[in-house]
This record gives sequence, C-alpha cells and structure tokens, in this order.
Amino acid sequence: MTDWSAMVSPTALLQPIRSVRAAPVDQDALVDRLRLTAVSLGYALLAAPALALGILTILAIPLGLVAVGFAIAAGVVPATAALTSLHRRVSGGLLGEPIAAAYADTTGLNVVTRPMTWLTDRARWRDVGFLWFSATGGLLMSILPVGLLASPVTHVVVAGLGGFHWWLLLLLDVPLLVVWWWATPALVRARARVERRLLGRDRVEQLERRVEEVTTSRAETLDHSAAEVRRIERDLHDGAQARIASVGMNVGLAEKLMATDPDAAAGLLREARESTATALEDLRSVVRGIHPPALADRGLAGGIEALALPMPLAVTVRVEAPPLPPPVESAAYFAVAECLANTVKHAGATRAWVRVRHDGEVLHLVVGDDGRGGADPHGSGLTGVARRLAAFDGTMVVDSPAGGPTVVTMEVPCPTSPS
Amino acid sequence: MPDQPQLRAVLAEDQALLRVGLTRILEASDVAVVAAVDNAPQLERLLGEGDFDVAIVDVRLPPTFSTEGLAAAIAARAARPGLPVLVLSQHVEALYARDLLASGEGAVGYLLKDRVADVDEFVAAVRRVAGGGTVLDPEVVAGLVSGSAGTPLDRLTDRERQVLTLMAEGRSNAAIAARLFVSEKAVGKHTNAIFTKLDLPQAHDDNRRVLAVLAWLQGH
Repeated sequence: MTDWSAMVSPTALLQPIRSVRAAPVDQDALVDRLRLTAVSLGYALLAAPALALGILTILAIPLGLVAVGFAIAAGVVPATAALTSLHRRVSGGLLGEPIAAAYADTTGLNVVTRPMTWLTDRARWRDVGFLWFSATGGLLMSILPVGLLASPVTHVVVAGLGGFHWWLLLLLDVPLLVVWWWATPALVRARARVERRLLGRDRVEQLERRVEEVTTSRAETLDHSAAEVRRIERDLHDGAQARIASVGMNVGLAEKLMATDPDAAAGLLREARESTATALEDLRSVVRGIHPPALADRGLAGGIEALALPMPLAVTVRVEAPPLPPPVESAAYFAVAECLANTVKHAGATRAWVRVRHDGEVLHLVVGDDGRGGADPHGSGLTGVARRLAAFDGTMVVDSPAGGPTVVTMEVPCPTSPS
Repeated sequence: MPDQPQLRAVLAEDQALLRVGLTRILEASDVAVVAAVDNAPQLERLLGEGDFDVAIVDVRLPPTFSTEGLAAAIAARAARPGLPVLVLSQHVEALYARDLLASGEGAVGYLLKDRVADVDEFVAAVRRVAGGGTVLDPEVVAGLVSGSAGTPLDRLTDRERQVLTLMAEGRSNAAIAARLFVSEKAVGKHTNAIFTKLDLPQAHDDNRRVLAVLAWLQGH
C-alpha cells in the first residue's frame, strides 16, 4: 500500500532515500523517485538565494574596512545560517541521520566582535563554500532529475495538443525516463552527502568527539573492571579463603585433642570435611562469576540456556548468533544475566524471554518479562550493563512502563569476519 | 596447661566460622575468651576498656572491610602504650607490619590466619604477645630478608641467616635453639656474629633485639 497523500507532507518528503538500485520497478520505487525529484526541484530553487547570499558575502568582506561591510554581514550571515539550516534538515532527513551545525559560540558578543568571530569560524566559511556549491555544481545535480522528468511530460502535453511530429520526440523520451529512473536517487544522495560534508561537523571535530566518547567509555570500563576485581577479591576472602582457614583451625585442634578427647576430634574433622566441600562450591561460584564454564564450553547459546535453567520462572531462550569474539560473548552473557536477575528480583513476573540475534553487523539482545515494569535504567544493575556494553560501543534501551511489561533491548556492533 | 596462668583474651573477627574456630582453639589451650565481637566499633570499645591480657584482632572488619582492625589496634596502642594486641590477617602486608611495630615497643604481633592451624605455635604466640613480646609472621620476615639482597646481609652464613629470620619473628634464644637443634650458647654466638656483621648495637632484651633487627631489615 502506498499512501500517496503522505507524500506531500514535509515529514514524508524528508524520509531517508529508500534505495539507489534500479530494481525493483514498482509503485513504492516510483513514489520515492517522484519525491526525490520534488526535493531536487526545491534544492534547485534554493540556488537563487544561495547565489545572492554568496555574492553579498564576497562584497561584505572588502567592505568590512568601512562600516557597511559589518551591516551587510549582520544580515547575510544569519540569513546564510537560516538557509543552511534548512538544507541540513532536508539532507539529514534524506541520509537518515541528522546533520549538526558546529558554529563557534557568539553569545554575548557585540556587533564588532561577533563578525570577527565569524571570520575565524571554519564552520561559517564552510557555509560560504556551500552557498557557491548550491549555486553551481549543486544546481546542476538537482536540475537534472527535474529536467529528465519534466521534458517527457511536456512532450506528452504538447503532443496531445496536436502535431504528429511531436510524437517522434516521445521516442527520445524513453531513454530520458530510463536515465531519470536510474540516476535520480544516486544524484540526490550524492548531493545530500556533499551537503553533509560541508554543513556538518568536519572530520577533525567528529574524531575529537569520538575520542571523547571512547575516553569516557574506557574510563567507565576501567572503573567497572576495578569494581569487578574488588568483588572477586571479596568473594574469595569471605568465601573459600575463610572456609579453608577454618578447616585448618579445626584440623589443628583435632590433632591436639586426638589423644585426650577423640570424640571431639572426630567432630572437628567432620566439620572440616564439610567446610572443604563448601569451600569448593564457593570457588566454583567465583569462577562462574569470572568465566562461566557453560559459556566457555558451549558458546553464547549454551551459556544463556544455562542461565535460564535455574531461574524460578519460565524463561524462553532463542539464540541465533554465530560464534563471536569471547569478550563480546562474555559482555552479552553478563548483560543477559543481570537483566534476568533483575526480573527475578523486582519484576514479579511469571515468564521471561531472551532473544539473541546477529545480523552480520550487530548483535541484538532482547530480554523481556511480563512483570510489573517500572525498572530503573539508572539503577546500579542496569547501569553496570550499559557500561559493560559501552566498552564495545553497545547501547541499551529500557522500556518498562509502570504495570509492565519490561523489555530491555541491547545492541552491540560486532561485524563477523568475512571468512 | 595448668603450669601456665590462665589468660583472658578478647577476640574481633567478623566471620562466624573463624570466630568460633579461634574461640575453640583458645579455650582448649587454657586461654579464656572473655569477649568476641564482629565489628570495628565494638572492638574499639573493648580496646578502650583494656580489660584483657591480650586482644586478637582481624585486620579487616565491618563496616568498611578495609583495615579497621589494624587501625583500631594502632590507635588503642597509641592511647595505651604496650597494650597487647595480636593482629591476624588473611594475607600479609609488610606495610601493615611496619605500622603496627611502629605503634610502640613490644606486646604486639602480626600473623597470617593460616598459622592458627598450628595450634601450639599459635597459642605460644598469643602468650608471647600477652607477655610483652613481639611476634612477626615468618612470611613477613622472609619478604624483608629476601628484599635485602645486595646488602651486608650477604655476608651472613646460611645458619646466621636462619637465626636472623627466627630472631625477626620474635623468638627467644631458647626457642631458636630448640628450632635449630643447637645449644643456646651456639645461638648466642650466632647472634653476636650477626650484630657485628650488620653493625647493630648489641641488645640482650629479646624485644629490643627484634626491633633492632626489623629496623635494620626495613631500612635496607
């Protein structure tokens, strides 16, 4: 079903480009091309203000020596920003990811200092570059789809009005339409990409942001590892170590009492034997917390099934994922473990489910339950999960309205090697 | 052991299993446990009252599970020099030993919990601390001795090194002699040789001797 009326609404116009492939030839593809042609028409029309602003900018700079230049700039620069902001919205929509402006901050500056900041702002200069692109190469890229579609339509109208020789022109129109069908999405996408390059944050800024993100997630990962190490040390200290020490005490005392009070000695030895069993159990649980044997032996699917089995509620598990790098599997395993533990502790659910899927690029993990909802994504457990995943550029979304159900969706980018 | 006076001990250990084990061992060896607590605030109160012959204290206690026991022991000994405290720990830290020994002379001990399993040795250590002596875990001493390689320690003979280690653990000449199956006189000769080679002032009091040796080991 194609909703033709939706095409004219601005949000529909700004949807991502469906596909740049020529096939399939169907109604949806046609609608998309018509839409992109309309967008191209808009782009082409906006070349006029872009050209005007471009010329004014060039004038304003030498005129800056006299006050007139400042006056021109005061009008032209915000107008340019308004125009580029419109282009950012349109091209960002077509590419399916927002394009963010990155102007230098001018708040609190006066009429003289503000233009000075503009002069040194790379983003403003890239705006000027965009104006000239829009008036030249960009205009060409956008006029093509419009012309390729408009000329056959004109021919049909003219031919309908009369004159047999006009019908001959229609023969020419078939290749024009083929080219239109084939080239329009690619041209629009190319233009949108150029705009993203000119109007978005530049490469250095993007990298700087990326470095910031990575630094933060790395610090969080280190925090998390340190906390894990402390937890393991604590578990060992309070568990196995203490039990083994008590075994030593019991055996030592038994040794001393052997001759004088054999019954008491036997009792102490029995206690010691029981303590060694508990100490081993403690060690096993610590090992499970570090590197779960089921995960090691049988991969993510086996690991998660092993998690689900002892749960006091019905847990449906479906795992469709190839073997992934062990750190990713481990993060995924502990993320699912934490979510299930939350379900058991807080949700009051009767059933839960785990879906794990890998689409070649991203590992998708979804854990849901039919409990009472209201899970707090900022609670320590779920924050821990988010941190674990952040180390792998992963994300977590918690959907848990009061009254339930709770669905935690996690994604970890993890391309499988093309072997 | 009826030939020895009954000691009154207080105990601070947060893990019930070990608290019970220690109490049993002490009671079976004629040391009365007059109070056993499982957290730092209660321990501080006990140490403040000072109504005991020896306090046996776990380094790590609630509420923060770091080194409350050690801190409480050091603070109490600062207030009452010579308050007998034996600190137990699941792992040894030369740093903790140094802090503890620095808190005044004698009546102090620092042992791994593992040592408790050797009941007679452990009870002897408790009595030694109660009697004003110093007890240091062999592991701490071994760490200090091996950390002093490339110093005048290299000039010691193997036997002298053994004697030095036992001295640093806080043992008397008689105990060292029994350990090494030699006469007390032979031990005396070794200690003289050690003090000369390390250029230490002679000290005949066991306790001062331990401190001198430890100070030397820690300084190198």
